[in-house]
Amino acid sequence: MELVTTFYHALLSTLHDVLPIGIVLVGFQVLVLRRRIRNLGQIVTAFVFVLIGLALFLEGLNIALFPLGKLMANQLTAPGFLGLTDSGGAPGWTHYLWLYLFAATIGFSTTIAEPALIAVAIKANQVSGGVIGIWGLRIAVAIGVAFGIALGSFRVVTGTPLHLYIMAGYILVLIQTLYAPKSIVALAYDSGGVTTSTVTVPLVTALGLGLSTNIPGRNPLYDGFGMIAFASLFPIMAVMGYAQISEWYSHRGKGPAAGKTGG
Amino acid sequence: MKELAVHLLTALLESTRDLLPIVAVITFFQLAVLRQPIPDFLDLLMGTLLVVTGLTLFVHGLKTGLFPLGESMARDFAAKGSLSWLLLFAFALGFGATVAEPALIAVADEAAKIAANGGMIADNDAARADYAYGLRLTVAISVGVAILIGVLRIIRGWPIQYLIIGGYSGVIGMTAIAPKEIIGIAYDSGGVTTSTITVPLVTALGVGLASAIQGRNPMVDGFGLIAFASLTPIIFVMGYGMML
Repeated sequence: MELVTTFYHALLSTLHDVLPIGIVLVGFQVLVLRRRIRNLGQIVTAFVFVLIGLALFLEGLNIALFPLGKLMANQLTAPGFLGLTDSGGAPGWTHYLWLYLFAATIGFSTTIAEPALIAVAIKANQVSGGVIGIWGLRIAVAIGVAFGIALGSFRVVTGTPLHLYIMAGYILVLIQTLYAPKSIVALAYDSGGVTTSTVTVPLVTALGLGLSTNIPGRNPLYDGFGMIAFASLFPIMAVMGYAQISEWYSHRGKGPAAGKTGG
Repeated sequence: MKELAVHLLTALLESTRDLLPIVAVITFFQLAVLRQPIPDFLDLLMGTLLVVTGLTLFVHGLKTGLFPLGESMARDFAAKGSLSWLLLFAFALGFGATVAEPALIAVADEAAKIAANGGMIADNDAARADYAYGLRLTVAISVGVAILIGVLRIIRGWPIQYLIIGGYSGVIGMTAIAPKEIIGIAYDSGGVTTSTITVPLVTALGVGLASAIQGRNPMVDGFGLIAFASLTPIIFVMGYGMML
């Protein structure tokens, strides 16, 4: 019974989020375009699917994965686990290793489940006539996020300034842009923004806040932020890299690269 | 009907596969690294089931509804041939999709606390609410502008690199002069603006426009709207931080 009430609330809040977009879409369709939408019934049904699906998805994340994931982020960053003692003993680096591994794997796995990325991958696969594999793109992006979150954790641990990493990162992206195949550039930039959405943001934020709260000398107000920025930066490089490797493979006369035809 | 059932079943299997990595990561760390039992196993199972079902329905609705709608509107706008209506639509879509975004509301509230803490604004509820509201409007306007510029780029066929390079040079330049407290928030706000429903719609709009306009390639020109929507908030939020 409780589940029904919480689901109802999730549905209401999803509806609330979608309302402004709905108004814009319907308003322009009726007042400006003044055309009948083809397959109106099918599209309305599909919207109901999207709403219910998203509400169920959020509800499920809230009762299962978020509490556990946040709890684990806290446990893995707890002073006891990291080997930080009051006497100022050197923290055990092996404990940090687990932390980085957790950061990378949670970044990877949440990205694979990100619905917005699935949407873009499906579209890219259609538009490219199958050259870009749905799974190839998703895995490339997920690797980028994994690296980004792990590096983001390292930054909080070491306390180095955020903007230096970001500036260096974007300069690398700009250089890579000059050499990447032209057709991938727009998609690569898009995947930077797509990765950080429903699934990734809450868990990654919990990790950043846990780290900056527990590590001495870090302020959660300043150091807790910035994790998302890392998760948006590295997928750009990963996707351009994916295209470059794919191109390099096909230039070697091997035909389409293995990663290209997945999905 | 049977076809739909088969389709949904396949989709269900795919969603399960999408979710498997998270479950594996959490189980491994809980059991092998932290060495603790999984609390509320039943909740975990139930929640995972909901997530899988939800993802399946979402992806089905995406393919049969959000994509066709975005493309059909793009085609109709291209056929209508009115640039100003199209640009107004682009702005409204970006603004409308962002202003109610829950992730943005959360970030804005957090940012208000930082600003109050750093003495940038008075430390009381009214000042914080004002600041958070201003920040939300700033980000929503910046996303509206982003989609507008992005649509204009598709129509004119400008290469995306120059705009992005210009944008990020702007970001790097602004970073050097913006107050330190705002930088983390500004960068994060670029990431949180693109929600799960906006992304498919905006992507379909871009690809649809690039397909409908002669001389545009959907692969080269159609993507990139999301990229602008992640870029402009960074600049606008740093600007907002500098004005105060």
